[in-house]
Amino acid sequence: MSARWRTGSPGQLLLAAALASFLFLFLILPVATVVYVAFTEKGTGAFTLVNFADFARTDLFVRSFWNSLYVSAMTVVIASAFALPLAYLTTRFEFRGAVLVQTLGFLPLVMPPFVGAVAMQLLFGRNGSLNLVLDDLFGFKIGIMEGLNGVILLQAIHYFPFILVNLSTSLRSIDRSMEEAGQNLGAHGLRLFRRIALPLAMPGYIAGASLVFVKVFDDLATPLLLNVKEMLAPQAYLRITSIGLADPMGYVISVVLIAVSVLTMWLAARSMKGRDYATAQRGGGGLAKRTLGPREAAIAYAIVILILLIVLAPHVGLLMLSFATVWSFSPLPDGYTLAHYTRVLGESSIYIKNTLLYATLAGLIDVVVGGIIAYLVLRTRVPGRQVLDWAATAALAVPGVVVGIGYLRTFYDVKLPDGSSLASAWIVIVLAVAIRRLPYALRSAYAALQQISIALEEAAENLGATKTRTVRRIVIPLMTGGLLAGFVTSFATASVELSAVLMLVQTNADAPLAYGLYVFMQTPAGRGAGAALGVIAVLIVAIGTWLSQRAVDRSQRAHGLDL
Amino acid sequence: MLRSTLLVTTLLAVAAWPAAAQTGKVTVVTSFSKDVTDPLKRAFEKAVPGATLEVQNRNTNAGVKFLEETRSSNQVDLFWASAPDAFEVLKSKSLLAAYKPKARGVAEKVGSYPVNDRDGFYSGFAASGYGIMWNERYVRANRLPTPKDWQDLAKAPYFDHVSISQPSRSGTTHLTIETILQGEGWEKGWRTVKEISGNLRHVTDRSFAVPDAVNSGQVGFGVVIDFFAFSSQGAGFPVKFVYPTVTTLVPANVGIVANAPNRAGAEAFIEFLLSPAGQETLLEPTIRRLPVRPETYAKAPAEYPNPFKDQRLQSLLTFDALLSERRTAPVDVLFDQLITFQIDALKATTKALHEAEAALAKKDNAAARKLVSEARDLVAAMPITDAQAASPEIRAAFAGGREKTARQAELEQQWASFAKERYAQAKAKAEEALKLAR
Repeated sequence: MSARWRTGSPGQLLLAAALASFLFLFLILPVATVVYVAFTEKGTGAFTLVNFADFARTDLFVRSFWNSLYVSAMTVVIASAFALPLAYLTTRFEFRGAVLVQTLGFLPLVMPPFVGAVAMQLLFGRNGSLNLVLDDLFGFKIGIMEGLNGVILLQAIHYFPFILVNLSTSLRSIDRSMEEAGQNLGAHGLRLFRRIALPLAMPGYIAGASLVFVKVFDDLATPLLLNVKEMLAPQAYLRITSIGLADPMGYVISVVLIAVSVLTMWLAARSMKGRDYATAQRGGGGLAKRTLGPREAAIAYAIVILILLIVLAPHVGLLMLSFATVWSFSPLPDGYTLAHYTRVLGESSIYIKNTLLYATLAGLIDVVVGGIIAYLVLRTRVPGRQVLDWAATAALAVPGVVVGIGYLRTFYDVKLPDGSSLASAWIVIVLAVAIRRLPYALRSAYAALQQISIALEEAAENLGATKTRTVRRIVIPLMTGGLLAGFVTSFATASVELSAVLMLVQTNADAPLAYGLYVFMQTPAGRGAGAALGVIAVLIVAIGTWLSQRAVDRSQRAHGLDL
Repeated sequence: MLRSTLLVTTLLAVAAWPAAAQTGKVTVVTSFSKDVTDPLKRAFEKAVPGATLEVQNRNTNAGVKFLEETRSSNQVDLFWASAPDAFEVLKSKSLLAAYKPKARGVAEKVGSYPVNDRDGFYSGFAASGYGIMWNERYVRANRLPTPKDWQDLAKAPYFDHVSISQPSRSGTTHLTIETILQGEGWEKGWRTVKEISGNLRHVTDRSFAVPDAVNSGQVGFGVVIDFFAFSSQGAGFPVKFVYPTVTTLVPANVGIVANAPNRAGAEAFIEFLLSPAGQETLLEPTIRRLPVRPETYAKAPAEYPNPFKDQRLQSLLTFDALLSERRTAPVDVLFDQLITFQIDALKATTKALHEAEAALAKKDNAAARKLVSEARDLVAAMPITDAQAASPEIRAAFAGGREKTARQAELEQQWASFAKERYAQAKAKAEEALKLAR
């Protein structure tokens, strides 16, 4: 490595400073205005750690902590079981409909708030379709959705696309010469996958799995919708939004959440340390795609269809709900109608426009910021670059409602030229959502860059290219797949973000779909309409995802085997 | 041409409505759902030409918090919600402006609850009562009896079939619990609440999650405010509702926010809500609130409850809002620590008690009966008295505030372990009783 890699150039320092101030202004400052209470003594406001001692002394919190840990770990296991076969089959074999599978496999990530869990209850709950039929035929029921198991299943379905997307991207960017080398040495089939492809795709798997773990650890909506409260994130939320408004414990829990998230990411990064996943030769078009024999193909399709059926169950339920008249204590709705769609169509166009605008902007901000941070961390020696990474990652753990309140507190008194408050400008919603989804894009960019050999950049520079030109002509093109994956993940999840939005929306004209959906889902007559809005949200994201998948596939093919 | 038409329209509008300044954007923060706000918005905009109602939907707590955080340059004209408690909080923080409605013909009291705030900071525009709703298909399939009173829900057949929301999360459930506590007294009231809670399927964190679970048939019975049941019926769900003997009618309120940007518009909206047209809108199937104008009931569909005629609804308990406000936080936290977060232990104990009592009903045994009664007392035991709950020391622990008092987390842990110990003891006694009775 040349000495130039060891020190930050002025340009890099400037870039780092700009990002640091961005993160400080829109993440650290707003969150600090809320969370500092955790470290103050009641009455005097002096600094203290007694609140953390209280945390450790309270049975409820300790129990919640272990429950959260258990659920997160189990979710990673189940989510991997969903993601591995899908990723392997669609990238490793000539698989008809691979793009479709990738798109469908991505959809669960877009589970609109409320309706996903409602739909799952209607299908698999204690008195859901499955159990009503079972009870009728055989006189027993199975408690799939009961307690922590229900949370694990729903979370695994919801978040396994993180692993799928990142792992598939990694698998695609493995140099096929590695596999050929393996084959020459006599490995094939599963052994080849296990010893060559899987280890080389580790950055993607770890990026996805650590995201799943942290996301589940910090998610409050799914447990609450299944009436599981004894987990850490729901405890923080319940306290902050109700009785504990003046009490530090809600914020103490938030601090614990942030600490665990950052620790997890640190461990994930450490497990990758000292190993080199980069391969120098690019343009090999990823792994060689094998053709399946008829029997293999039948098995492969059976597996893929089974997994898709499980993970798309919430969406199937959602679709049924959106067409149902009344669906109450029966395996199927009483009747079907288009009324819910006609009801929402008129007023949802503004929601759709806002959602597209906010989610696209948030996704773009995330890819740019995440890409730069990944570059600074992996390719430069700018002092404090690691801090940028941790700070951005911590955003994952900050409860949305804390972000919401923090933004109101920090920006409400900042006046725009026309006299209105900055906090009431819609761009603030975009920033809040972008900050909350930044970690997704960051992890994807990180994984993508880890797989690019630094030798390629050095070669470019040896040939006289400037640093900027190298980034533009070498790094960015090679990272495209990863950046696109990051954009899609951020975009898709941003389009259904609710908790921070709920605090910040000030007029209906600025409201995104998730807010409209929330408003519908609070009323008996609004359930079908809410589901219809949910279907529209899913469709928007599905189309977006499909287009990007196709773009990736095309570029792969263009640089692929014909080269 | 277009311009002059516009001018004429504007002039006409001005002529039609005396105070021209009332037109324009009226911003309201509300916990009411779209089903309620949409018809009222349409009717208001029709009645007051030129006015537009900008509805910001937030739950009650978030709404209060929002007004607090944005008071430095308030952009909201009205706060519009059910829970009188929330209005008391806003009032105590000087976030409301006083206004005396001009409308005539509005009742002074609904049931035995005064319609308007005694200091004139908020006005009631509709009334609601608390009760029990159930899913008829569910009840039929499980062959369950229909309940008439709160105590019915504590009986053995209802085990694992009932749903309620946390009082700390839902203003309406808080009032339900407070109503039972005021109607039956602190000790007996909590006994009832805990006996019902032993039969719970789950405790939800949103008020609407309860009717939602009953509507979809996930649970059979829900403790809810009446309009949840009525509007569910309006949406076609197979549900029924009953007012128990100990209930109270409480007004849903509207108040003008201090420093409202469009004060005239805010007043116009309140006047509209109390006008005959506004009150009639409350009868719509998706709203189903009880109007505060007695004459409006003439236009109501059959079987619509009428608090001005129905003897039962008139003799209901007088709700003491001041007492309620003073012990809000302790009551909520007690419920969460003794019930919400101990639900598994409480249910296991209750199940053991149901089994012991069933065995006793077949074959009586004095010793076993004594054990069961001791076990019931253990379940009902409270860590603090009502005097303590309303005492300044305990209230201060939940207020945050300036004083250095006991920390909320300390008290919670004490109360939780108090309950946990007693539930375990009670379960042991109930199991012993079952052995004796066999």
